Amino acid sequence: MATTHASASAEPTRRDFLFIATGAAGAVGLAATIWPFISQMAPDAATIAAGAPVDFDLSPVAEGQIVKLFWRGKLIFVRHRTAAEIKAAQDTDVTSLRDPEADSARVKPGKDQWLIVYGNCTHLGCVPLGNEGAFHGWQCPCHGSVFDTSGRIRQGPAPINLPVPPYAFTSDKAIRIG
Amino acid sequence: MSGHSTYEPKSAVGKWFESRLPIMGLIHSSFVVFPNPRNLNYFWTFGGILAFMLVAQIITGVVLAMHYTAHADMAFNSVELIMRDVNYGWMLRYLHANGASMFFIAVYVHIFRGLYYGSYKAPREVLWILGVIIFLLMMATAFMGYVLPWGQMSFWGATVITNLFSAIPGVGEVIVSYLWGGYSVSNPTLNRFFSLHYLLPFMIAGVVVLHIWALHVPGSNNPSGIEKKTDKDVLPFHPYFTVKDAFALCCFLMVYVWFAFYIPNFLGHADNYIEANAAVTPSHIVPEWYFLPFYAILRAIPDKLLGVLAMFGSIAIMVVVPWLDTSKVRSGSYRPVFQIFFWLFAINAVILGWLGSKPPEGMYVVASRICTVYYFAYYILVLPLLGLFETPKSLPASIADSVLGKGGSGSAMASGAASSPSTKG
Repeated sequence: MATTHASASAEPTRRDFLFIATGAAGAVGLAATIWPFISQMAPDAATIAAGAPVDFDLSPVAEGQIVKLFWRGKLIFVRHRTAAEIKAAQDTDVTSLRDPEADSARVKPGKDQWLIVYGNCTHLGCVPLGNEGAFHGWQCPCHGSVFDTSGRIRQGPAPINLPVPPYAFTSDKAIRIG
Repeated sequence: MSGHSTYEPKSAVGKWFESRLPIMGLIHSSFVVFPNPRNLNYFWTFGGILAFMLVAQIITGVVLAMHYTAHADMAFNSVELIMRDVNYGWMLRYLHANGASMFFIAVYVHIFRGLYYGSYKAPREVLWILGVIIFLLMMATAFMGYVLPWGQMSFWGATVITNLFSAIPGVGEVIVSYLWGGYSVSNPTLNRFFSLHYLLPFMIAGVVVLHIWALHVPGSNNPSGIEKKTDKDVLPFHPYFTVKDAFALCCFLMVYVWFAFYIPNFLGHADNYIEANAAVTPSHIVPEWYFLPFYAILRAIPDKLLGVLAMFGSIAIMVVVPWLDTSKVRSGSYRPVFQIFFWLFAINAVILGWLGSKPPEGMYVVASRICTVYYFAYYILVLPLLGLFETPKSLPASIADSVLGKGGSGSAMASGAASSPSTKG
């Protein structure tokens, strides 16, 4: 626009300033308008509030049993591991794993028999079947990911181990998740 | 929608209205006198069939929405109530569910028709790309619609497909929780899917208008792939093609209602009559049949991110087909070597679909990988190179010649006559 004037100098004109200022204000306004429409998609206040910690009594869980429970709408496995399963998990060469993590880092100290992990496959979210697969941990029915008795990915497309949720032992036989 | 408007309103009211909104003239020039190549075969009737299916899906869908409840606790039951209590609810739901499958059958024939006859080539690139956009919108609509009954396949299908986005490095997990509106597929997810499932068909309708607009600039391609030159090459849309389209539509509808009334659950999955359960994944989870080839590509690749990229890439690559195909000859009828690779591609796509329905183990994975390689090789290697090395057959001088054989050699006649049986898409 400024160049339409005969005195087309290198100096920016008031018109250039107004053009850029208007454009900048418009861009900020547009972003401020779009943001609520993006933000509303996020988990709402009720959903977040429903994420309060849950207490779980471990005493009825027999050795070798896998129990499912929900926290924040997400499935969690509580597995009471047998001595053989613990040994298999601990004897694994960590460096050979896709997502290297020692078994000791996935359980609480002195609580080797209790494995608590999220129950959705890290590939695309299906629920793996317990005690299945080559490592007798879990096998996913959807795309064939195989997890060991520590919930670590061993075969198939899943990129990472089944994550360990935040939890703590409130007594010898009870945990609080969250 | 171009074309010469020769429309002259007869009545005074017609003249008054036409001078204010010339919509009757637009309809007249687009769907009455519009000049179509006279040699269009039945593969050109699927555009009309698709337009009909879109309208059918919108009408049955809007009525179903009047009886459906989009809530995680009530959705499954409300669908059962539609089936048992609502007058003709069973019929409306079966027409809608099978209508989705028929829509995809028609669109796959339509796409393969375009691939065989080179309908994507200049000057129809924008027309083709708009078609790819419609296809993507159809896939999104169908996926979200399948989630609404809130059965086991609905729930786990939604979980698997939304989790595809978790493959995006860094922000993937955040994006997925924004898609869900929670920490898993749950009531907010069902609510927004219902909203979008209602919206997207109208967006499809909008892009269909652009698709027809872009079609009416150069007009339809045809089995010979030669542009229309004289009035001898064309026939008016009405009555020649309205009648042909109507006849094809009636045949298609017979198949559609046969499915809806006699085998309404043949294309569905029994697991979807079990209410959604977030603690148990069905032992054998597969998407609806029309997604199976893409599902097979996803599973063929042992890496999560690369698998997701390959699956989306298998659709995205169709956008650039007009520039990948280097051949100057449009129609596959005159490209003997192309025909071999094309039919291999079509068979390959069907095999991919079959593999997508099989468990991801053993030979199925190996075969999926081979088929995935050919799928991409067809676009990336075959189409660009074939145009450089292949010697096409001689083309007829005009569309009229390709039909009537006059002036052309015997081979032109033979290929014209053979074009119908040899072009099943």
